[in-house]
Amino acid sequence: MPSSAPRALRPILSGLLAMGTLLRATPPASPVVDHRDFQAPPPPFSDGIFPCSSCHDPKAMAPNPKRRPLEGMHADIELRHGPESRWCLDCHDLKDRDRLHLVNGEKLDFTASYLLCGQCHGDKLRDWRVGVHGKRTGSWNGAKQYLLCVHCHNPHSPRFKALRPLPPPVPPDQIRARR
Amino acid sequence: MSDATSRSLRMTRRGLRPAGSRRAFLGGALAAVAGALATGCGREGMEAFLQHNFRELSRDELDRIIKRLEGEAKRRYGKKIRIGKEPAMQGVVFGYALDLSRCIGCRRCVHACVQENNPSRSPEIQWIRVLQMEKEKGVDLEAADAYYNPEEVPQEGHFYMPVQCQQCKNPPCVKVCPVGATWKDPDGIVVIDYNWCIGCRYCMAACPYGARHFNWGEPTVQPADLNPETHYLGNRPRPKGVVEKCTFCIQRTRKGLYPACVEVCPTGSRKFGNLADPKSEIRYILENKRVFVFKGELNTQPKFFYFYGV
Repeated sequence: MPSSAPRALRPILSGLLAMGTLLRATPPASPVVDHRDFQAPPPPFSDGIFPCSSCHDPKAMAPNPKRRPLEGMHADIELRHGPESRWCLDCHDLKDRDRLHLVNGEKLDFTASYLLCGQCHGDKLRDWRVGVHGKRTGSWNGAKQYLLCVHCHNPHSPRFKALRPLPPPVPPDQIRARR
Repeated sequence: MSDATSRSLRMTRRGLRPAGSRRAFLGGALAAVAGALATGCGREGMEAFLQHNFRELSRDELDRIIKRLEGEAKRRYGKKIRIGKEPAMQGVVFGYALDLSRCIGCRRCVHACVQENNPSRSPEIQWIRVLQMEKEKGVDLEAADAYYNPEEVPQEGHFYMPVQCQQCKNPPCVKVCPVGATWKDPDGIVVIDYNWCIGCRYCMAACPYGARHFNWGEPTVQPADLNPETHYLGNRPRPKGVVEKCTFCIQRTRKGLYPACVEVCPTGSRKFGNLADPKSEIRYILENKRVFVFKGELNTQPKFFYFYGV
């Protein structure tokens, strides 16, 4: 700020300067990431449940799009992921049971389910791509293995489950000298 | 050349040795006597007694020392171990970040660290301490509890702050070491030469994070528990009476791997990378998240950052 400016003008001048800085500032560049970089292990299906079409064969079982309480095979699924407004077929495709679909109808393999989650949780998807949300393993300077959202969050009940902690350190007063 | 002349030449050469090293101080003849008296176990024992600090070694000396230490470990544990000597990589400065909004205090990191780094098991030396804090009080060490042990974590109304070596840019522990047994390598990792440490524990007193730990007794690691992939400055078997600490898993990270605590964390709270690489996840965190360092007012300038991912 010019030091010769009259004292009364200084706050106004500094305000203008700050505004100029804001206008010049560019938003953080979103890192360009190739989708093939996301090497994730296969989705954690329960044993023998996939492919879904082995039971959901349209010739043997007519698809029923009606919203209803689940019975039989899927009675163990408790939908605690916005149950008021959500239903199986929002994510699972009615006709192609071995795939998922996005809101725009585009079909999606289970291995790319992060795109489905990212439709609503865009900020998490952004952070996940750059390795900030979620876990990635492998090399800090090379190939990294990602985990899909569903490896940590049950898609039907996504809240992270509490864990039993591993043992605490031995308090100093319980440490005995060795002979 | 007469005997007297050659003796005087030898003396002159000895006098020209660089000052300030333990070897120079002891001198040739005195060293031979002292070495034999102190160790009483021949040439190898004497070499161990006279060994230079890791920083000063020539390649040949280094290879000889590594071979000797691998032999010692084999005799002690009946198991072959590898002691690496990988130097810091060019253009790499390691940084660590921990997401306080995601850590649930499950201590998986603590125990993965123990398995990876071969510390004494009874009582167990743990390089990571997870502090349970009250959300209402914030980061308040008076109210922190490291010994919590409920059925399940996270506990209502609490958050968890794991503390380990902060790999300071301005490390107080290095400043106070009277023998130069601890220093900061070019990739930012603060390391200890266990063969040079005299066990005075000044570094423990100087460290404001409680990150340094002392082997009061001979470390107890069962051969079956010993991780054979080690590094001279990291997780190799330690003698009694030396200080040890987290080295960002030097034996893993200098080969490009993530530290063991990063690999094991079930919530993905732990992040690691190269601060000098603008495309690394650690740089993304520093540029886009709310980040703080622990006890910043002490100007230790940690390379361990805490952040809020949400």
